[in-house]
Amino acid sequence: MPRLELDPNFTDPDAFYAALTEVHRERSETQSERINARLILLLANHVGDQQVLEEALAIAGQATESTPAQDQPAQQQQR
Amino acid sequence: MPKTYKNPVYPYRRPPELDLNETRHCPVVIIGAGPSGLAAAIDLAQQGIESVVLDDNNTVSVGSRAICFAKRTLEILDRLGCAQPMVDKGVTWQHGRVFFQEREVYDFNLLPEEGHRMPAFINLQQYYFEEYLVDRADALSDRIDLRWKHKVVEIDSRPERSEVLVTTEDGDYRLTCDYLLVADGANSKIRDMLGLESKGQIFQDHFLIADVVMKADFPTERWFWFDPPFHPGQSVLLHKQPDNVWRIDFQLGWDADPEEEKKEENIRPRVQAMLGEDVEFELEWASVYTFRCRKMDDFIHNRVFFMGDAAHQVSPFGARGANGALQSTENLAWKLARVLRGQAPTALLETYDIERQHGAAENILNSTRATDFITPKSHISRVFRDTTLELAESYPFARSLVNSGRLSKPCRYDGSPLNGEVGEGFPLELRPGSPAKDAPVHLAGRDAWLLNQLGDRFVLLLDGRVDSARAETLKSELEPLLARRDDLDLVTVGPTPHALTELPRSTQLEDAENLIGERYGLAAGAGYLIRPDQHVTARWNQVTAKAVDEALECALGTHLAIPRRETPRDNQGDRHATA
Repeated sequence: MPRLELDPNFTDPDAFYAALTEVHRERSETQSERINARLILLLANHVGDQQVLEEALAIAGQATESTPAQDQPAQQQQR
Repeated sequence: MPKTYKNPVYPYRRPPELDLNETRHCPVVIIGAGPSGLAAAIDLAQQGIESVVLDDNNTVSVGSRAICFAKRTLEILDRLGCAQPMVDKGVTWQHGRVFFQEREVYDFNLLPEEGHRMPAFINLQQYYFEEYLVDRADALSDRIDLRWKHKVVEIDSRPERSEVLVTTEDGDYRLTCDYLLVADGANSKIRDMLGLESKGQIFQDHFLIADVVMKADFPTERWFWFDPPFHPGQSVLLHKQPDNVWRIDFQLGWDADPEEEKKEENIRPRVQAMLGEDVEFELEWASVYTFRCRKMDDFIHNRVFFMGDAAHQVSPFGARGANGALQSTENLAWKLARVLRGQAPTALLETYDIERQHGAAENILNSTRATDFITPKSHISRVFRDTTLELAESYPFARSLVNSGRLSKPCRYDGSPLNGEVGEGFPLELRPGSPAKDAPVHLAGRDAWLLNQLGDRFVLLLDGRVDSARAETLKSELEPLLARRDDLDLVTVGPTPHALTELPRSTQLEDAENLIGERYGLAAGAGYLIRPDQHVTARWNQVTAKAVDEALECALGTHLAIPRRETPRDNQGDRHATA
């Protein structure tokens, strides 16, 4: 039984997405990489529970099994 | 060569076997008089077992190797009668600082829990550690035949016994033995002779150890630098040892040339840059090493038992080498003593492999994790490492991720076939398989320590603060049990009714600061059965003689199947990185 929340849980999804994009605006790739690392560590500590974190890591890790979107646009259809 | 320490030279003695016509048979032969071999010999001697210890050298460790000895190790050594000189000589520290690039990112104070006889850990050069063990072994010379400059050159291992060929300056001789204990170090020749392997990972890195003597005062703290300006891209550790000697550990990277790096003219500027221009120091000892995390698939081969680095080897981060080694020797000693005395089946010895494989895997896991944090293996792991260190400066949560070595904690034998009842409502920390915790006690009106009342034999630790009716019942139950089980002693926490004080082999003590009550969760009539290695094996809310008797049988392995020695274990280890 997964404990990672996979249903919508944001208080304001659009605002979050805008803020996430905003924090990376006009940053170099190196800076963005560090911002992402900081974000992951901050949020991971907030979640805390190892089982939940491992579930998130497992889903995140599946990204390595398919190639990036630009190579296979046909398979990246939005529903 | 160290200037603050002169290696003792122990005398070679001509072996009497050279003048015998037949091969002498011994119960136990131990190869290697380092920390493991000596600790095993002392432990066996204290439990009535004689051994012959063979070492190809005649002194202790040349130069310092292990330096950090943890509380559990000191408790084991206290049981072995040689912790005090180590604690007296050793440096006790609890304050540390972590630096990243130019800045100190945080400091910490380990604040060890009060009410323990031994400190959280001490720093002590390995040569002192070994010297005090040799002193103790010499004091037990009626049971320990310690032979310097006796080198084993051949071994014949059979299911029922082993035979070794030993070479000395006066000639060669043979010994046969029931049990052969091998503690001849990481590059064990005996392991090679038997065609056995220790498997694992070599880390692609070089480290330089420089032990320096400081002229001026320097704080007694552990300093760890990640990517410092005086040694960019690498890590550096500074740690204090006795005699004003400081251990400095420089990570060098894989491309470094060990011979070049070892030269004093190359070490000096590096140390000077680190300590500051005006700090005066003398270089005492330097060596370059790579390290491995590896272990044998099976610590037992026929009746040959591997211990210490020969059996399991770890990276130095977290001080798990010598500390893990001592936990292994004490795990084996009490079992071997009982098998040799006919009190337990040989199947009990199998649990040395089971319990210590668990311990070795835990040590390797922890030291590998520290190594991976210290030397990130990819670009992204370096980004996470550096980000963690940056965050650690402002946010306490990130400090919990900073890993410059997790200090050795005692192993718990969870899932051991020797474990008995868990009991209800007791602290999780002292579940069966856990090492017993110390606490201050009053013994015959004097201050003493609980752990000093445990070990070398089984102990029933009973909360004797019961009413007299219950005391009478307990007495009538425990009396025949103690009469039948001469390997069991009774320690009661009092004040206890008169009836319980009359039992044989019983000690009454008082819970001086109520810490036994707190740490063990004891209440009237409750109790713990503690193994000879001071590990908890079972516990009950209400002790009964029957339950104790059954737990004892279980802890002695009477329920275990006959050893599986005839069928070699399949070797499905990770072969591509075989060290």
